[in-house]
Amino acid sequence: MPHTLTIAQLTDQLANKKLSSREVTQACLNRINDVDDRLNAFINLDPEQALAQADTADTAIAQGRTHAEQPLLGVPIAIKDVIAVQDQPLGCASKILGNFNSPYESTVAKKLRKAGAVMFGRLNMDEFAMGSSTENSAFGPSRNPWDTERIPGGSSGGSAVAVAADECIASLGSDTGGSIRQPAAHCGCVGLKPSYGRVSRYGLVAFASSLDQIGPITKTAGDAATMLGVIAGHDERDSTSVPEKVPNYSAEITDNIKGLKIGLPREYQVDGLDPEVKAAVESAVNKLEALGAEVREISLPHTDYAIATYYIIATAEASANLARFDGVRYGARVDGSDPEQMNRKTRGAGFGEEVKRRIILGTYVLSSGYYDAYYLRALKVRTLIQKDFLDAFGQVDLIASPTSPTPAFKIGEKSGDPLQMYLSDIYTISCNLAGLCGISVPCGFSSGGLPIGLQLLGRPFGESDLLRVANVYEQSTDWHLKRPELG
Amino acid sequence: MKYEAVIGLETHVQLKTRTKMWCGCVNEFGAEPNSNVCPVCLGFPGVLPVANAEALRLTALAGFLLNCEVAGFAKWDRKNYFYPDNPKNYQITQLDFPSNICGRVDFELNGDLSQVCITRAHLEEDVGKSFHFGDCSGLDFNRAGVPLLEIVSEPDINGADMAYEYLNALKRILEYGGVSDCDMEKGQVRCDVNVSVRSVGEIELGAKIEIKNMNSFSGVRRALQHEIPRQIDVIQNGGTLVQETRRWNDDDGITDSMRTKEDAHDYRYIPDPDLMPHIPTEEWLAHVKECMVELPLARKQRLMAEYQLPECDADVFVADSALADYFEIAAKGVANPKTVANWIINNLQAKLTESETSLADVKFTHAGFSELVGFVESGKINSKIAQEVFAEMFSTGKAPAEIVVEKDLSQVSDVGELERLCREAIEANPGPSEDYRKGKEAALNFLKGQVMKVSRGKANPQMVGDLLKKTLIG
Repeated sequence: MPHTLTIAQLTDQLANKKLSSREVTQACLNRINDVDDRLNAFINLDPEQALAQADTADTAIAQGRTHAEQPLLGVPIAIKDVIAVQDQPLGCASKILGNFNSPYESTVAKKLRKAGAVMFGRLNMDEFAMGSSTENSAFGPSRNPWDTERIPGGSSGGSAVAVAADECIASLGSDTGGSIRQPAAHCGCVGLKPSYGRVSRYGLVAFASSLDQIGPITKTAGDAATMLGVIAGHDERDSTSVPEKVPNYSAEITDNIKGLKIGLPREYQVDGLDPEVKAAVESAVNKLEALGAEVREISLPHTDYAIATYYIIATAEASANLARFDGVRYGARVDGSDPEQMNRKTRGAGFGEEVKRRIILGTYVLSSGYYDAYYLRALKVRTLIQKDFLDAFGQVDLIASPTSPTPAFKIGEKSGDPLQMYLSDIYTISCNLAGLCGISVPCGFSSGGLPIGLQLLGRPFGESDLLRVANVYEQSTDWHLKRPELG
Repeated sequence: MKYEAVIGLETHVQLKTRTKMWCGCVNEFGAEPNSNVCPVCLGFPGVLPVANAEALRLTALAGFLLNCEVAGFAKWDRKNYFYPDNPKNYQITQLDFPSNICGRVDFELNGDLSQVCITRAHLEEDVGKSFHFGDCSGLDFNRAGVPLLEIVSEPDINGADMAYEYLNALKRILEYGGVSDCDMEKGQVRCDVNVSVRSVGEIELGAKIEIKNMNSFSGVRRALQHEIPRQIDVIQNGGTLVQETRRWNDDDGITDSMRTKEDAHDYRYIPDPDLMPHIPTEEWLAHVKECMVELPLARKQRLMAEYQLPECDADVFVADSALADYFEIAAKGVANPKTVANWIINNLQAKLTESETSLADVKFTHAGFSELVGFVESGKINSKIAQEVFAEMFSTGKAPAEIVVEKDLSQVSDVGELERLCREAIEANPGPSEDYRKGKEAALNFLKGQVMKVSRGKANPQMVGDLLKKTLIG
């Protein structure tokens, strides 16, 4: 069952020639063939291209290339449909891009290629990464492998499903307000959102540029460390990427966590918090305490304003970012009598409901006469939220919380009520507003058998701490070993 | 009632960079449509801009040249509007923290000094170009993302001529500084006009009317020559002017309404989250300052003061900075710089034009040129001979001293030798000699000509005249 392996297990077997990259890639393709019509994680797949990359990796291994040189040599990794891979489709799960193939490579794809990865498949998502359930895909919703009646979370739903269902070894997602961590929690995987500026955004189709980050979804914390080590670093093509040294994450995650201070925000005891989720997270925190961490209560006073702030800033940026999809230079086009008509018709037909809602909201908050009341005020509140965290990280090293207030909900349950959907992002969005790093790790199951995620937030560029705690926790639990039964 | 116009100009100038503002595509005019494009300047999904360091440098340099305050903090904003030639459907510009503020352009207007204050000079990106062919349109994105400096003037301009001279001065300054080639035909300079009128003495401004679509400086002048009387006419006939944008129709020489304030765009500016603010260091600014050049007007004033040149000579040099540089080197340490200027303007420039070459192609050295002027000044050769020497220098590059020796052209100033020549001339021409003695002054010139002829032009004409007189009158 090579497709069920972690990166660490697989690279070990590849190095020892117990397995070839072609075999594991073929196993993933077979698995997709078996289960994906039920899950809809992949919206595009080119098996030949995948196998060709696997063969290249096998040749390199045969010629003596090591995983010390290329940490992902021969490892099949699937990519969210919002990240550009040269000569592969790039559609953002939208109709508006038509049959667009990317003529260029994102920086993360370049880094994965250099590390020897087999980059394959385009993973389903909420259109333009706008959503928390993957229901907003023009290609139909992805389904949670633990209960296919339920959503997998979003927007990187396909990325989480593909890893949870062993359709790939690891995947890349993007996180603007929780879009890696929340689906990882709902599907029982590890999801890491790096600090803003840690990973280049060049080639990530922008939703909200000041909040977006690319990150991995993996089966273990160790795999997340390996992935981050490959994709992190300053990029000349992204002025917002930070020239901060990239630590050796894999080496730094093995230490113990004695004396590490973990904060529990008082304000995170919200009404909608599911008791089973609450209990699972509390017991996880107890576990961390038992492993040597010190736990204390902290305060993040501006928590209540986070969702409103987020939906003003994110939609304002999105309204400009998505303006380029006009049918003029690429993508789908609906002709009109003049450029304006063509533009209206193209965008009217090409964008889905949620994308339109957010563009309209963003356009509104930037409009003359409203800018100060909404956008400018949101920027100020964002600064206050950042300060909350800065103060908190003066007292603690990490902040622990649930990733999502509830386990995965039913498909269609919230799609008629966008506000309810937005509120489910309460624990994840502040991290993006403040530029922090965050991780979700499996910490239990609901009585209905649905995974629950523990979220840990760290200070900017504090990924090593996050990964270390996640790894130590993982070593002492077996939640991450459980797999959904798909027959 | 007398009326006055209040005019402000918004001038867009393409910066002279090798590559575009946000990507590595070549910044050049006239290439095959859509040949200088890439995912970044085409606004493909997922790409990011990276600011061109040379464009930032030229922007700061322009700031210094325009006497601006060069900002210690400049940031980028997105100006949102949909148009097919606008690849991202937003233009990256600088809204509230521009690169340069509070500047000034000094220039001459009808012989007097005049000035226009600069509100701001900020950096932004150019858009593509639309072409319309009958039933379809085409887009060329070669120009998209070319760095563009927008220079906004204060409403200090009071008429069409002043606007015209301001624009010419601006163009000269930016060309001088190497900031832009300012080639109008290549669209490297574009200008929009804001104009209102009010009765003289009134403090309130009239309705601001923007005029677009002028494609030359003289177009700007003509548009204002039409628009100012038009606005006055409306008021005098009891009408009201409203804030609007008008289009200049160059063929008919009139302006037509494009849109009124009600249909004005709401650009929904937003800080660009893809770009970090530009915060120049002291060292960087100092380095930019090193590239400062003297402005044309300042140079003109200095040439007149330092070398006592007449205004017409200074104007010639300011119009051709390479020629002016040549002059300043050649005039160094020369007693009479005006002679050097004359030689450059009358001989060197003429020769260059005649031979269709440039200063860079000149074969002789600066020292050679100074030497030639020195020979004339000191009387070693006379100016007629000097022309001959100069022609030889120009074609062979030889030093004047060498030519003079080679061709035996040195002026004869030896008294004994000259006396002999004069005596011979008098003896050979008794008639004119007699005429002179009887008081016919012109006869002396004839004799002088004979001496020059015999000496093949080498005799010192001044001395010949004196000696002839002395010998004849005795």
